[in-house]
Amino acid sequence: MSTALCLRRLGVNRKARVRAILATGELGRRIRDLGLVPGTELLVVGRAPLRDPVALRLRDFTLTMRNGEADQILVEAED
Amino acid sequence: MAPTRTFALAGNPNSGKTTLFNALTGAHQHVGNYPGVTVEKREGHFMVDAREFRLVDLPGMYSLTAYSADELAARAFLVDEKPSCVINVVDAGTLERSLYLTVQFLELGVPVVLALNMMDEVRRRGLVLDTKRLAALLGVPVAETVARAGEGKTALVHEAVAFAAQRCGNWKPLVLSYGADIDRALADMEAVIEADRFLTDRFPARWLALKYLEDDEDVIALGRQTGPTAATLEAMAAKVAKHAQDTLGTYPEAIISDHRYGFIASLLKQGVLTAQAGRDRIAASDKADRILTQTVLGPLIMLAVLYLMFEITFFLGQFPMDWLEAGFDRLGSAASALLPEGMLQSLIVSGVIAGVGGVLGFVPLIIIMFFQLSFLEDLGYMARMSYMLDRVFRAFGLHGGSVMPFIISGGIPGGCAVPGVMAARTLRSPKERLATILSAPFMACGAKIPVFLLLIAAFFPAHAGRTMFLITLGSWAAALLVAKLWRTTVIAGESTPFIMELPPYRLPTFRGLCIHTGERAWQYVKKAGTVILAISILMWAAMTFPGLPAAQKAAFEAERAAVTADTHLAAKDAQAKTEAIDNRQAEKALRHSVAGRVGTALEGISRLAGFDWRVNIALIGGLAAKEVVVSTLGTAYALGKVDPEEAGSLSEQIAADPAFSPLSALALIVFTILYAPCFVTVVTMAKEASWKWAGFAVAANTVLGFCAAVALYQLGRLFL
Repeated sequence: MSTALCLRRLGVNRKARVRAILATGELGRRIRDLGLVPGTELLVVGRAPLRDPVALRLRDFTLTMRNGEADQILVEAED
Repeated sequence: MAPTRTFALAGNPNSGKTTLFNALTGAHQHVGNYPGVTVEKREGHFMVDAREFRLVDLPGMYSLTAYSADELAARAFLVDEKPSCVINVVDAGTLERSLYLTVQFLELGVPVVLALNMMDEVRRRGLVLDTKRLAALLGVPVAETVARAGEGKTALVHEAVAFAAQRCGNWKPLVLSYGADIDRALADMEAVIEADRFLTDRFPARWLALKYLEDDEDVIALGRQTGPTAATLEAMAAKVAKHAQDTLGTYPEAIISDHRYGFIASLLKQGVLTAQAGRDRIAASDKADRILTQTVLGPLIMLAVLYLMFEITFFLGQFPMDWLEAGFDRLGSAASALLPEGMLQSLIVSGVIAGVGGVLGFVPLIIIMFFQLSFLEDLGYMARMSYMLDRVFRAFGLHGGSVMPFIISGGIPGGCAVPGVMAARTLRSPKERLATILSAPFMACGAKIPVFLLLIAAFFPAHAGRTMFLITLGSWAAALLVAKLWRTTVIAGESTPFIMELPPYRLPTFRGLCIHTGERAWQYVKKAGTVILAISILMWAAMTFPGLPAAQKAAFEAERAAVTADTHLAAKDAQAKTEAIDNRQAEKALRHSVAGRVGTALEGISRLAGFDWRVNIALIGGLAAKEVVVSTLGTAYALGKVDPEEAGSLSEQIAADPAFSPLSALALIVFTILYAPCFVTVVTMAKEASWKWAGFAVAANTVLGFCAAVALYQLGRLFL
């Protein structure tokens, strides 16, 4: 098992599995509502031209979030 | 309880909900607001077996939490109006995520019929969905649909009506297990709620308990107003929260959502979803995105799209706008010919026809602009634009989605703030949306251009192109900086989370585009007939009353009589002299009117920015529409009627006027960029935000514009 890192540091085209959501309150709720819960597999599909926000693929759809929000998500990188 | 004839349509954004709504209800729709909020409420009717049913389109949402105004409005509608059935539209391709909302409807207990939409995409991917099994496992009817083609809609509404009749208005909340700790707490809280009959007339007891555990601000606030049971429930919820934190290091809310997803995953594993052989639905979309959001190409393509959209709007819009203008001109001439000269004629021609005509002239622009806007939005490209630009706009407290309103308002010179402010509707974050609405009118709209051109022609003819370019940059700077100013003061607060779906690219339906565009245009036209008509009459009155005293009128009459009596003059010269006298009289009358007096009275202050009374009156006229600044200046300089498009003689006059200097012209340009929006925009802002914020924009922008103009003028005088 690899170590947890924050989603912001995950490169494009890397796969990972969500380990924990650090955000609470509104942001945490919003993240969970869109299907990001511990155990979810995701793939970083791209970054915006200014490297922020980031685009993720999970559960058959594409989601974007700002780096500040990606900081709230801990993942385990998979190869 | 007997079933009502109200059905609700609900689902995630981009699930094809609106397309299905259009397919079910046809063009017979009514758009209003949910009580007390600016969330759009769309209603229509559908027929089953010759009986009519009402269908309410709930806002697109991912969850039934209290996250946004949309979700709160939907929740309030469900518990207060108790629709006999919720038709839950689900993108069958993202079943796992979409069912999260479905599970929450089931927890609430409202009868649900599932519409598995976009089945064509699912079949193309080679997926097999066992709908019967899904229906059995969830305990609700499931129908397959392809909303774009209208496929399956008849079966769907029949299912819904039959199910509503069967459930007969009874709500049966789904009891899920959220793990031993939460389940125990829920049972205890449920007992307390039922013993005290706490809010049980509105919510099912278990659902209410669940909301307390989920730390739902809306329900907690409501509970506190209701009675002392609230404190007991809050204490119980806090205990569970502490226990979860101590033992698992997490929150009840997170545990609950984990169990919901767990429930969904187990459903799908029980043979609902099989055979994953076909091609990835989003593969084509991904390929497109690799180019369309690429670091260098992405922004370039976006610029090209924006520019093209703009060119199309103003190229195509030109023709109908010219026709409308010509039509209203003809109507004005006809009215002038029919009515006797005097106050009534002036009111009808200059007040009513010119005022309403000026407003209706925007309708073609609005139609073309919104057609393209709906196209880009339904296509999925708008979400990509927000994604690419968010980093830039966020720095000013805005949102990636603010770009469209800015561009339409005149980010490329020549736009119009009216459709621009309306375009801010696509923004889902309330604070960013308000800041966008308040700052979009600073852009160089088509009506400000003649004012800028006039001043450039008079004072900076050698650098016309460069000055115009600087004015455009200045407008952008003004909009962004003022947005930042408001976001750090009057609408301060954390930026709304930018967690947004990038939907796969899908070709919009023509019918849907037409319905949306028609709606926007009609809302605008309705305004033109009411508020805007009243304000045009008011503006006309301010520039007409009080009329010149009889003695002065008589003096001008005498002058004219002298010219006519002078037999030595050639007819042409006599006419020219009479016109000159008419124009001087118009100048005097304008100065004598309410607007003129205000302008003159303000001269004391406006001198600080280098504006004399003529400029003041013109700026007051500009409140009606910015191009009126040019025509009013024409009257004030006794030039008679000046066509804003050809103001050559006026710019010579201004250049020669010692009251004007290049510096005061610059100050006037700055003021024109910043000061109060024209009243059509103000009314639109009131409609999109509130009258309070529209009033704020009028006052604050004028103050801001004046301060900037004075600062520029005074500093300039020091250094030049």
